[in-house]
Amino acid sequence: MSEIVYGVLVAPFRDMAGSPGFLAEVVIGGVFAGLLYSLVALGFVLIFKASGVFNFAQGVMVLFAALTLVGLLERGLPVVVALALTAAVMVALAFAIERIVLRPLVNQEHIILFMATIGLNFFLEGFGEMLWGANVKKLDVGIPDRSFMMGSIQVNQLELFAALTAAVLVAVLAVFFHGTRIGRALRAVADDHEAALSIGIPLKTIWVIVWSVAGIVAMVAGIMWGAKSGVQFSLSLIALKSLPVLILGGFTSVPGAIVGGLIVGVGEKLGEVYWGPLVGGAIENWFAYVVALAFLLFRPQGLFGEKIIERV
Amino acid sequence: MIYREAGQFKTTYASDQAVFPIAQDRVVVGLAVVAAFVAPPLLADEYWLQAVLIPLLVYALAALGLNLLTGYAGQLSLGTGGFMAVGAYAAFKLTTAFPQLNIILVFLLSGVVAAAVGLVFGVPSLRIKGFYLAVATLAAQFFLIWLFNKVPWFVNYAASGTITAPPRSVFGVMVAGPTATSQARYVTALALVAVGAIVAKNLVRGRVGRSWMAIRDRDIAAEIIGVRPLRTKLLAFGISSFYCGVAGAELVFLYLGSAETLAFDISLSFLVLFMVIIGGLGSILGSFLGAAFIVLVPIFLTNAPHLVGLVLPVALQKEMELMVFGGLIIFFLIVEPNGLARLWQITKEKLRLWPFPH
Repeated sequence: MSEIVYGVLVAPFRDMAGSPGFLAEVVIGGVFAGLLYSLVALGFVLIFKASGVFNFAQGVMVLFAALTLVGLLERGLPVVVALALTAAVMVALAFAIERIVLRPLVNQEHIILFMATIGLNFFLEGFGEMLWGANVKKLDVGIPDRSFMMGSIQVNQLELFAALTAAVLVAVLAVFFHGTRIGRALRAVADDHEAALSIGIPLKTIWVIVWSVAGIVAMVAGIMWGAKSGVQFSLSLIALKSLPVLILGGFTSVPGAIVGGLIVGVGEKLGEVYWGPLVGGAIENWFAYVVALAFLLFRPQGLFGEKIIERV
Repeated sequence: MIYREAGQFKTTYASDQAVFPIAQDRVVVGLAVVAAFVAPPLLADEYWLQAVLIPLLVYALAALGLNLLTGYAGQLSLGTGGFMAVGAYAAFKLTTAFPQLNIILVFLLSGVVAAAVGLVFGVPSLRIKGFYLAVATLAAQFFLIWLFNKVPWFVNYAASGTITAPPRSVFGVMVAGPTATSQARYVTALALVAVGAIVAKNLVRGRVGRSWMAIRDRDIAAEIIGVRPLRTKLLAFGISSFYCGVAGAELVFLYLGSAETLAFDISLSFLVLFMVIIGGLGSILGSFLGAAFIVLVPIFLTNAPHLVGLVLPVALQKEMELMVFGGLIIFFLIVEPNGLARLWQITKEKLRLWPFPH
């Protein structure tokens, strides 16, 4: 018994204090993974805020964007052109989704829309693989995957670059949401669909914009993840990994997605490295969910989510 | 229908509230059930029984369970695969520990075990709702699968990590294991799902079902008129998990023969949720229609190119299947968001007045 208590409460912290350099590397690895979760979660949040749709296809959108980019690069296009074309494809996709899927389903219950996005998930998976092939591809957009030493800590250049990109993206989104006319309209729609409609904000346009932005965020996530581990089907599974992030951060909060992603990423890595061996490892899959679940019991709306007020 | 219900007057509440108040319905459904028991074992070949009808019945039972929870009690769950795994592993442990125990009893007991696990994972539903709850139930899915993978006790320390259905018989007829005929398996699965459907139908039209629906429609209002959320929600999780557990045990014992945790991964949870939504939330019939749709459509899609003489590369065929499947789901949701059961209901209404619609 005392061994278990020691193993859970003492030994991990002793190990952490014992080699701070290793701890820092674990934390940095966690931050990197967390940022990627954040990027996927960000796509979820944007769409959920503006249209109340829980977009299960976000993970496949990441895969689809990465596949398109790789496919275009393989045809010999320069990186910049390929990036622009991929972004254009994601915008076109947003238009198509709004027209074909969302508009006929307007005013349906949330679970129906959720289901429709799962259908979309299947469709895009098949479509992407049919267009570009199903084998694992290497994505190279010119970011070197090298490591260098910063003090006594090993830092990966790619991870550093990804972190910077994510930070820039979030900053741009923040400016977009708070500084522009469209951003203001987006926030209005997020607050209250009907009120926004009544003062003349075109809901359909807003939805296209939101899905486009989510598509571009998915593209960035796809590039980062694809550069790290190759473009393959498992890319779409990170959607599942980013769900606890949503719980932690709240479904409606952009900063929540970022902070939640970091917490989940770091917590997952720390848990796996320091506590995982106690129960035989491979706890990464559910650890985040259990943490998120425990968290939910005390704060059902997440870290930054809007307080849930219910009336009869 | 072609028949009319004119002239069938109800003189008691009991006959008015019967499951099938119309005499012709009773006859038709009765005949259909008898036909389902008799015809396929005599007529269908091995492939149809083993690869189509048995999984259809097993999935229908799981869909029935999830429909009670999601369709009637309004609690969205993505942990179905996990609860089915609990049923399967519980059945395996029980029947290897007590080989003389009747296998049907083992199925029911493993359902009880799954129900107990479901109760535990249903506790968060008291605090959280909607998509938050859906994500929370994913915790059950991932945790349970991990547990069955990690602890060798669950597979009786088999090196392969798989559970295999041992030969078991009911009334002297083999129903599980390698020597059981697919006819015997089919009849067993059908009997279980038929009983399950009758019990479910009576649950949802009684006090329990009404309290579930009250919680689903407006939980605070339900609480105010005296429905206890704690008991009602946990009951829904327990009973739903019972159905899923029995279905999980059947999946291994009657359909797959042997399985590892991969058979119960997250895609199974989504598959069953699909069936419930495509079939119709809050409909017993819908669970069956949904299961039939999800089982039959991929089979149809696989065979359709051959029927028109088209030979496609395997990879392209698989991708086309995914696309058409996804497209069909969206199409059906747009045509009738309330599912196939609702479509059937509309058809019945129309036929009732046919050929004089006014």
